[in-house]
Amino acid sequence: MENIYSFIAFILLSGMVLGSALLVVTLKNLVHSVLWLIVTFVGVAGIFLLLNADFVAAVQVLVYAGAVCIMIAFGVMLVQRIDMANSNSVNWRFKIAAPLVGGLFIVIGLLTARAQWVAAGQEVPEKTVQNLAPILMQDFLIPFEVAAILLTVALTGALVLVKEVKANGDRS
Amino acid sequence: MATGLNPSYFIALSAALFAIGLYGAISRKNAIAVLISIELMLTAVNINLVAFNKFLTPEAFIGQIFAIFVITVAAAEVGLGLAIVIAIYRNRKSVDLDDFDWMKW
Repeated sequence: MENIYSFIAFILLSGMVLGSALLVVTLKNLVHSVLWLIVTFVGVAGIFLLLNADFVAAVQVLVYAGAVCIMIAFGVMLVQRIDMANSNSVNWRFKIAAPLVGGLFIVIGLLTARAQWVAAGQEVPEKTVQNLAPILMQDFLIPFEVAAILLTVALTGALVLVKEVKANGDRS
Repeated sequence: MATGLNPSYFIALSAALFAIGLYGAISRKNAIAVLISIELMLTAVNINLVAFNKFLTPEAFIGQIFAIFVITVAAAEVGLGLAIVIAIYRNRKSVDLDDFDWMKW
C-alpha cells in the first residue's frame, strides 16, 4: 500500500518538476522563467523527501528556492532593458539543440534500462539528519572548510566585480 | 526495499531534467537564462547523487554529502556569474551572449 502512495507521489512530483522546467526554458519573459524555477526547485525538494534525504531537501528549499532564485530575480531587474516581455528569445542554435538533447536523453534511457541494479539490502536509517552531522564534521571536515573559504572568496569577488569603476580607473 | 520505486525512475527523471537544462543552455540568447539552465542541470545531478545514495549505500550518506557540496558550489557560481553579467552589461548595455565577442580576434 505504501508502495502505491510513494509511486503516485513520484509521478506527481516528477510531472511538476519536468513541466515547470520546460516552462523555464521556453517562456519568453525572463521574470516568469525565474518564478517557474522556484516551482521546479520546490518539486525537486519533494523528490529529495521521497528519497529519505531530509536535510538535503531543507537545504534545497533554503538555498535554491530561497537565495539563488531571489538573487537571479534581482540580477534580472538590474540588467533588463524595457522590452521585458520579449527578454528571453531563442537564438538559431535551438535547431541543433533539440535533436542533441533528445539523443542524449534516449542514450541515458537505454543505458538505464539495460543496467542491472544491485540492491544494497540495507534499510535507510531512521534518523538521516543526525547521522549526517558526524560524517560532515569528521570525515569531510577539510572539504567542508574549503567550501566555506570558497563561498567567502566567491562572494567577495562578486562584490569587487560589480563595484563601479571610475573613469580614471580607481575603485574607491 | 522500502518503496516500490527503483533507481531507474529517478535516473530517467534526472536525465530528462538534465536534457531540458542543456537545451536551455544551448538555445537561449540571454546570459541570465543560460545561468538558470545551468542551475537546472546541477539539480539533475543532485537527484542522481541522492538516489544512488538511497538505493546503493543507504548507511554511508556519501551521496547526500556530495549533493550538499554541489549546492554550495552552485550558489557561489550563480553569484559570480550574475556579477560578471552585471559588469559586462555596464560596459556593453547588452546581455545577449552573441554580443560577447570581445576576445575574438
